[in-house]
Amino acid sequence: MTGSTEARARWMSALAQAEPAAVEAAWARLEPEPVYRLLRAAETGLVMVRGRAGGTGAPFNLGEMTVTRCSVTLDDGRVGHAYVPGRDGRHAERAAVLDAILQDEAAREALEPLIIEPLVAARRARQQETRARVAGTRVEFFTMVRGEE
Amino acid sequence: MYVAVKGGERAIENAHRLLASERRGDPEVPELSLGQIEQQLALAVDRVMTEGSLYDRELAALAVKQSRGDLIEAIFLLRAYRTTLPRLGTSLPLDTDRMVVERRISAIFKDLPGGQILGPTFDYTHRLLDFELAGARADVTITPVRSEAPPESTEIPEPLPRVVDLLDREGLIEGESSGDGGGHVDDLTREPLTFPASRDIRLQNLARGDEGFLLAMGYATQRGYGRNHPFAGEIRLGEVAVEMAPEELGFAVEIATIPITECQMVNQFKGSATAPPQFTRGYGLVFGGAERKAMAMALVDRALRCRELGEEPASPTQDEEFVLSHSDNVEASGFVQHLKLPHYVDFQSELVLVRDLRAGQSARSSR
Amino acid sequence: MRAGFADPVFESQRVFRGVLDAMAEPGRVITLQAPPSSPGLLHSATVAIALALLDFETPVWLDGAAETAETVAHLRFHCGCPIVDDPARARFAIIASPGEMPEIGGFDAGTDEYPDRSATLIVQTGGLVAGSGLRLSGPGIATEARLQVNGLPPWFWEALRGNHARFPRGVDVLLTAGPSLVALPRTTWVEG
Repeated sequence: MTGSTEARARWMSALAQAEPAAVEAAWARLEPEPVYRLLRAAETGLVMVRGRAGGTGAPFNLGEMTVTRCSVTLDDGRVGHAYVPGRDGRHAERAAVLDAILQDEAAREALEPLIIEPLVAARRARQQETRARVAGTRVEFFTMVRGEE
Repeated sequence: MYVAVKGGERAIENAHRLLASERRGDPEVPELSLGQIEQQLALAVDRVMTEGSLYDRELAALAVKQSRGDLIEAIFLLRAYRTTLPRLGTSLPLDTDRMVVERRISAIFKDLPGGQILGPTFDYTHRLLDFELAGARADVTITPVRSEAPPESTEIPEPLPRVVDLLDREGLIEGESSGDGGGHVDDLTREPLTFPASRDIRLQNLARGDEGFLLAMGYATQRGYGRNHPFAGEIRLGEVAVEMAPEELGFAVEIATIPITECQMVNQFKGSATAPPQFTRGYGLVFGGAERKAMAMALVDRALRCRELGEEPASPTQDEEFVLSHSDNVEASGFVQHLKLPHYVDFQSELVLVRDLRAGQSARSSR
Repeated sequence: MRAGFADPVFESQRVFRGVLDAMAEPGRVITLQAPPSSPGLLHSATVAIALALLDFETPVWLDGAAETAETVAHLRFHCGCPIVDDPARARFAIIASPGEMPEIGGFDAGTDEYPDRSATLIVQTGGLVAGSGLRLSGPGIATEARLQVNGLPPWFWEALRGNHARFPRGVDVLLTAGPSLVALPRTTWVEG
């Protein structure tokens, strides 16, 4: 993955995994409200989730999950895509427009810290919370000294 | 004899109204919200998603509510809903190495890299009914458990090493073949089940399979019906990333994280004239926290691998046609419940036959 | 990137219905209303059929004239269909330049057990007019139907007769011209 696709994958992931309310709030802060055309209206479908036999072996189909996708185009021809978990069409549409906008270097410099970084930080915080709660359930074995040694 | 003709429409309409009213129950009792079901009956939701073969917590909660808690009925609802949605693609195979672990235990080694992490388990609860849960406790907030130890020692390594890797390092356990390459994965939702069934089809079938049936089959293997000497090598529960690479992007994006439970069984070792003995494996993987199901699935997976491991199938648990044809509770329920459909004509002919036979018999005996 | 169906549900249903009617009455010219915009050399009926019928499970073979970057991108995005190099592996073929098309025998004719698992060829023509021209007969046609087709090589009809002889195996053909289409299922007999 090149540097630019890595960055794009990162912001797309942040937008997909954010709470829809957070994406809506980010959208509301955009001045002026973006103008765009739908290439493919938000559509909910299924993505087959795959596992691997033994965790590391040949892939198999575990079961499907709902995913909603949307594709838009801005006036200057930039195309934005979004694939978000669940069935929220608006979340997908907002994310697709943001994806299109962020592909412009200048817009990205301005908006990434404002919109994407808080989403990434929130997610990281949630994971840290889980880690902290779970850590207390790790068994701390203590060794017993037996006999003469 | 006369035959009753049509007239069911009104009765059916009224039956639906009665169902809705019974589902709601006593209006003085607050109505269930989907949020309550999704949060507080999470394991019911997990089961419905796994066997309904559709990961969507809200939909599963709705199915549980609509089916009045009949989980197999809820699973049916989810399977039916699946058919209304188009397939958008497939995910990359889940990397269960990279997991934000909530629970991780092993019965084969006490001291593991990363440790034994109990997580939110029922295992040590003594199974005594807790009457504290009986009252509404709106004023009580459950404070999250936190570790008292300093931060460094609480760090659970990520990725968390696999227990089977410890055996693998010495070559003690069979490897997992990476499949036929070419990336093709058979799909039960696309092609009908045929035999012999490939491992990917077996695993998909078992993942969607009824927990009760698989639990019984797994139990049977332990009681000697296809004994395979299982040990719980590792069970882990946690959130894993779901990645997909849509055609129009050409690169992978992590679009979601979902909780899954994974079970590696370490089974009876097998050797041959050419290969030294090694432990064998069984694998279970489910959505959410359905740990018992993951374990049962791993036991049955191993039993069904008898052919590839050179074992003579001697038990029903090793008979893939028996196991895989009856594991789907939607199919099973459909055929069992179809008996409620009118079989009036069939039965009339049985009635006539029985009466004739009896008449013939009494005629003979009176001679 | 051009848009696909504005209303995917109703438009794809309409196109499906059109193809169904065409298959049921071979030789009848079906003209699609307000077909979607089409990339490259594709006729609007061709694109409409693709949007309605192609998906991730239907590998598509494109001939040289059809296989432009724009067309490939359009089909990949809107249909999600795999694009294959080998005609034998295709479930659908789009032929924009019939003069150079490969032998019909090179496409998947299905099996005796599953004759329906065969290829459907979408062949673009220079025009389709019902009422005069070739004589069609067979299932779906009361006595005979007449169809004039512009732009197909003369050997095409001989090849189609050969295809007919392989029944129940064989391929089915959809001819397109602009927004119009005609179906020639394998059971239709075409006399030159």
